[in-house]
Amino acid sequence: MYVSPIREPLIRGNKDYSQVTKDILAPMAGTPSKYWYMGIALALSAALFGAWATYVTLFTGIGSWGLNKTIGWGWDITNFVWWVGIGHAGTFISAILLLFRQKWRTSINRSAEAMTLIAVMCAGFFPLIHMGRLFLGFFIFPYPNTRALWVNFNSPLLWDVFAISTYFAVSLIFWYVGLIPDIGTVRDKAKTKIRKAIYGFLSFGWTGSAKHWSRHETVSLILAGLAAPLVLSVHTIVSFDFATSVIPGWHTTIFPPYFVSGAVFSGFAMVLTLLIITRKALHLEEYITVNHIESMNKIIILTGSIVGIAYMTEFFIAWYSGNEYEMFTFVNRAFGPYAWAYWIMMTCNVITPQLFWFKKIRTNVLITFIISIFVNIGMWFERFVIVVSSLHRDYLPSSWSMYTPSVVEVGLYVGTLGLFFTLFLLFIRVFPVIAIAEVKSVLKTSGENKNHSEHE
Amino acid sequence: MEKKYFKSLDELTIDFQKDNSNQPAGDKQSLLEMQQEVTSLSSATRRDFLKVFGFTVASAAIVSSCEQPVRKAIPFLIQPENLVPGVANYYASTFFDGIDYCSILIKVRDGRPIKIEGNSLSSVTAGGTNARTQASVLSLYDNARYKNPMAKGVETSWEDVDQQIQNQLSAIKTKGGKVAIVSPTIISPATQAVINEFIAAYPGSFHVQYDTLSASSILKANEKFFGKAFVPAYHFEKAETIVSFNADFLGNWLSPIEYTKQYVKNRKLTEGQRTMSHHVHFEGGVSLTGSNADKRIQIRPSEEKIVIANLYAEIKKLAGLSSIDVLAGPVDVKELAKQLWAKKSKSLVVTGSDDTESQLMVNGINQLLENYGSTIDTAVHLKIRKGTDDQMELFVKELNAGNIDGVILYDVNPVYDYPQKDLLTNGLSKVGLSISTSVMNDETALLCGFICPDNHYLESWNDAEIKTGFYSLAQPAIRPIFKTRQAQESLLKWAGKPADFRIYLQNYWETIQYPKSTGYLSSTAFWNAKLHDGVFESSEKEVVNLPFTITTADAALTNTKNATKTDSIELVLYVNTSVGTGKHANNPWLQELPDPISKITWDNYIALSPKLAEQLGLEDEQLVKINNQITLPVAIQPGQEKNTVSVALGYGRENAGIPSNGVGQNAYHLMKVVSGEKKYWLNEVSLEKVGGTYPIARTQTHHSMEGRAIVRETSLEEYLTDPSAGNELHKEIQPHLKSLYEQRKFDGLHWAMSIDLNVCTGCNACVIACSAENNVPVVGKDQVMMRREMHWIRIDRYYSGDTDNPEFVRQPVMCQHCDNAPCENVCPVAATTHSNEGLNQMAYNRCIGTRYCNNNCPYKVRRFNFFDYTGADVFQGNKKDEVQMTTDLRRLVLNPDVTVRAKGVIEKCSFCVQRIQEKKLVAKTENRQLFDGEIKPACAQSCPAEAIVFGNLNDVHSKVAINFESERNYHLLEELHTLPSVGYLTKVKNTIA
Repeated sequence: MYVSPIREPLIRGNKDYSQVTKDILAPMAGTPSKYWYMGIALALSAALFGAWATYVTLFTGIGSWGLNKTIGWGWDITNFVWWVGIGHAGTFISAILLLFRQKWRTSINRSAEAMTLIAVMCAGFFPLIHMGRLFLGFFIFPYPNTRALWVNFNSPLLWDVFAISTYFAVSLIFWYVGLIPDIGTVRDKAKTKIRKAIYGFLSFGWTGSAKHWSRHETVSLILAGLAAPLVLSVHTIVSFDFATSVIPGWHTTIFPPYFVSGAVFSGFAMVLTLLIITRKALHLEEYITVNHIESMNKIIILTGSIVGIAYMTEFFIAWYSGNEYEMFTFVNRAFGPYAWAYWIMMTCNVITPQLFWFKKIRTNVLITFIISIFVNIGMWFERFVIVVSSLHRDYLPSSWSMYTPSVVEVGLYVGTLGLFFTLFLLFIRVFPVIAIAEVKSVLKTSGENKNHSEHE
Repeated sequence: MEKKYFKSLDELTIDFQKDNSNQPAGDKQSLLEMQQEVTSLSSATRRDFLKVFGFTVASAAIVSSCEQPVRKAIPFLIQPENLVPGVANYYASTFFDGIDYCSILIKVRDGRPIKIEGNSLSSVTAGGTNARTQASVLSLYDNARYKNPMAKGVETSWEDVDQQIQNQLSAIKTKGGKVAIVSPTIISPATQAVINEFIAAYPGSFHVQYDTLSASSILKANEKFFGKAFVPAYHFEKAETIVSFNADFLGNWLSPIEYTKQYVKNRKLTEGQRTMSHHVHFEGGVSLTGSNADKRIQIRPSEEKIVIANLYAEIKKLAGLSSIDVLAGPVDVKELAKQLWAKKSKSLVVTGSDDTESQLMVNGINQLLENYGSTIDTAVHLKIRKGTDDQMELFVKELNAGNIDGVILYDVNPVYDYPQKDLLTNGLSKVGLSISTSVMNDETALLCGFICPDNHYLESWNDAEIKTGFYSLAQPAIRPIFKTRQAQESLLKWAGKPADFRIYLQNYWETIQYPKSTGYLSSTAFWNAKLHDGVFESSEKEVVNLPFTITTADAALTNTKNATKTDSIELVLYVNTSVGTGKHANNPWLQELPDPISKITWDNYIALSPKLAEQLGLEDEQLVKINNQITLPVAIQPGQEKNTVSVALGYGRENAGIPSNGVGQNAYHLMKVVSGEKKYWLNEVSLEKVGGTYPIARTQTHHSMEGRAIVRETSLEEYLTDPSAGNELHKEIQPHLKSLYEQRKFDGLHWAMSIDLNVCTGCNACVIACSAENNVPVVGKDQVMMRREMHWIRIDRYYSGDTDNPEFVRQPVMCQHCDNAPCENVCPVAATTHSNEGLNQMAYNRCIGTRYCNNNCPYKVRRFNFFDYTGADVFQGNKKDEVQMTTDLRRLVLNPDVTVRAKGVIEKCSFCVQRIQEKKLVAKTENRQLFDGEIKPACAQSCPAEAIVFGNLNDVHSKVAINFESERNYHLLEELHTLPSVGYLTKVKNTIA
């Protein structure tokens, strides 16, 4: 395939195939570094905090949270939407960018997808734990029963159940299918019997034959086709949780596109946060180059701007609709008791990403890292603002109230962060963080040595 | 042979020993047994395995599916007569606690009284109740009740106590000593007879009537004015202009249930009525009555007398009598006087003043306005609050002088509520024989030698004469739960009479009351009929056309010339609609009942005007010490007179039990007794800021409607020109209510509720009635502060106008049973659905607790069980019950028709679906249609103002359907197209002065 010579190479350093394999498998070999141990210890203790909070919630009840008669959702649903949002980048990168034939995705799709899966797991935890009676949670599945009880297909919460489980399932399969050739490589490089056996089993007998490759690519493409609309649908449906309600600030038709772009926005921010650390820690700077970071930053500008426009549109419509309740809600968001959350959201989501218009900034790894953190924070506050500031002052002023999270709710959030990093740290030890086979496929056309040789 | 393995040396040796030594040789039987044992173990076949497996799985499934074993269910071996399990019985009775009177029906389910309803046969309370009456059933099941007679703090038997007491009494008798019976006003003729018997048996003993809230000033004023101490019967329904000086007649003044009934009668604009009374209210604090007035004028308590004097002087001028110049009052009452004069004999002026002279002048005003004989009936006396303050003063003095040898404290708690506590306790310690008949733990009983616990009123026989000729009976609805005995029986016993009060009462009625009746063949028939009805109304009258001495009023007027104005801060001590005088403080329902004005629960506080707070640099919840005596938090109260602060009495109980001990502070000891009269206000109050704050639990923290059309209001003037005044939005919105979906049709019944905002006074009776009917949990102060109270019906209160002199509006809000319900749509498991009768139903069993319905309810009427408030959770040991509402005793009050909700589920108003179902079944068995008004949800049943109407919307003749057609009718947030089944009728204020 022809690649313009003036394009920056996607893989730096004069790599050959065996060097690629060696580089990428390096983090899996040997004993982990002390940083890895420190990281997993920290992550596990956070997860343990979450486990305690889960126990308290289940045993004593939702009362251990800061919710009240007016505000039925708080950090729980904020965290849920935030995690689902983060879970958008991976599949977006591997499915949509695959369909658009964006080669730069090859270096980042594996870890982004892993991140997606873990994030969706963390997200799924919140709708479960937020139930007053988790042990009867199975009621939400439309299973046949003698009492002729059926679920309510009108409820967006039910749509959520299907949307998220489908998304998770498809993403998992897609990710795993992509992993198969690489697992084959790991198996071939394995030094112990047990390792060989395990990876041999996981590789499904991958031999790298032309037939295998052909099937692999067909399946990948089909799955990409399946996953691409799901990327858009999941957050659309999550937004329906709010949009189909009657609460001012929730009842908004702009929500689906606004949520999807917000999700991609936050997803990319989280990918950046993770990969900037990962490439440094695992010495993968030659694979995940500044080029990659810049490309992701461009997506961040785009989606961040969409989100910014959405914020303004909401305000405009609140005024233009002439609906006194909605108008009040938006004024209350910006100037009410939760204004601080609103302005954190505005600063982090609308202002900071605009800095990426400057090439110097978007190619600066450190600043990118900082801004990615800002976006993560901003997007969390966006959900907090939507969930809490709309509920706390709705129609009847007699019921207005305030909400402060309890330590248990903080514990649940920190717990999912702990779970997230624990699983990610395990992932980098167990599977190649970069899709070896895919990187190899672009090495000849987009590797530095290729370009170099042509110029000679 | 099979190779034998051994794991240890022991195993090998033991086996050997067993084989050789433990078995007697040749014991064939045991050998066979052993063999069988071995084969049965080793040769379990596949079938055996399946059998065992199947049994295990089945039993595990059965065991695990039984969530909770049934405990302590004792069946009737012999079914009692007239008792069908699952069907409630109602017994007519009477509630009187020394303060409130109410003719009631006791709902008894399977031998347990579970609910109090109003008795509509009574023409006094006419089916109405108040919060305290509704809540009184819970005090029956209070762990803080005395369970045994006690002598010197030791539980003992009745025989023993009687023996000891009788010994001491006869000793007193022989030495010619005095025994005092201290009780609240006795309105029971039979009880009075018992007391008289006792006094006859112990000559020298006497009876002191001690009222915590006395009408002393009225009694004295009438004594001077009419020559007779009595409280007349007031007729608010006949008054077109009502002027009240700090008389909270809708809340606590004299007979509030009766007065509410009367008051709303000519304020209801339904059924073609087009006139309304005009109500002017003068007060310093904000009372329930004041907040309902058409015109509320803020005056300080010290100014009250001057304003009354001014009004009297003006009325005198209008009557053409010579008047004197009085000190100019803070408000001009010329217009008011003219208005009153125009409504001569159709007006009513009342005052809650503790000052006899003020009462005298009010008498003078009413006399000149010719209100006696029309709005005030002197031929019928109100029999409550007959005690004058000086009786008690005299008693305490005698007590301290050591002139009293025995004291029987019958249903009073003066150590708690008598202003000069130390004087009393000191006096009590000098008495050789002190007996308390207290039902509940109280501060006074602690100091008594003997505690002879009285039955709870639901376990008692009694009668009452609330007004002249208006009698009612009380009967027990349950056998005494504890080893208690009716106080009347104790008195009879000690007097050496046969101690069966039921027989005594029946005899009394058959001999004294029967002759007053007509149409009964025998006295027994009379007794049975009256016991059934609960009330007996004879046409007895007191002496009519009492001569009056208006000069006494004029003398009072002349005396006001010497009055001086002060600028100090004044303190009003009042009782609120929940715990009242503190007698019911240990009732968790009442403690958690939000104050109708401040919406504060679980505490008393210093109500302070916003201006004074600013001036003193005080903020909400800041701790302030009053008169160096008690420290209370500040609650800023719009509408409070600038220099007047208010503190509620009835809090700060020390020995009342859980949960009331230590809730709030006792303000009784701030009260002063001036020349034998208790003063309910004091001036020159010092407020000292002490460090720190104290959190207050409010159920409502935002008080403005934010310009939204939530409570729609108009004035009578506008209403008369356009009945839809104030409700223009309704017409505007209706045509816009369009839907893509077909609107739901309800073919048979379509339940709906109409609430007349014009007559709802905000008395809170419905809130307690709902809690009692629907097993609504009490969550405690901490949870209320977290905004997690569980009430299914709440009364929203909004202020409008400026913060110094706001207007008050109220709105009861419960589930609106929307026909287009936002909550139903969003429940993923369809736990909340719509019935074909228009009810929004909640299936608790199906609820998984996502709270989405709660979020999506624009009315925020859904309540979530954040914790295991009821003990119904599957986990044990996670109960959240600080107020001890889930003890076995307390749980006896639960209504078995209503599920007790577990942790993690949503609950809400059901329109009392259990009552609907009950009446539907009755109609079905009787093969007829339901009558309109036959079904009354608990809130509607309890309402003394009859503000709530419930019925079938499909029946065009039903009251609710007629109300829905009214031009005043609107729905809350109707623009959302939720199609609520609850309609509100606009509030109309009579501003025509």
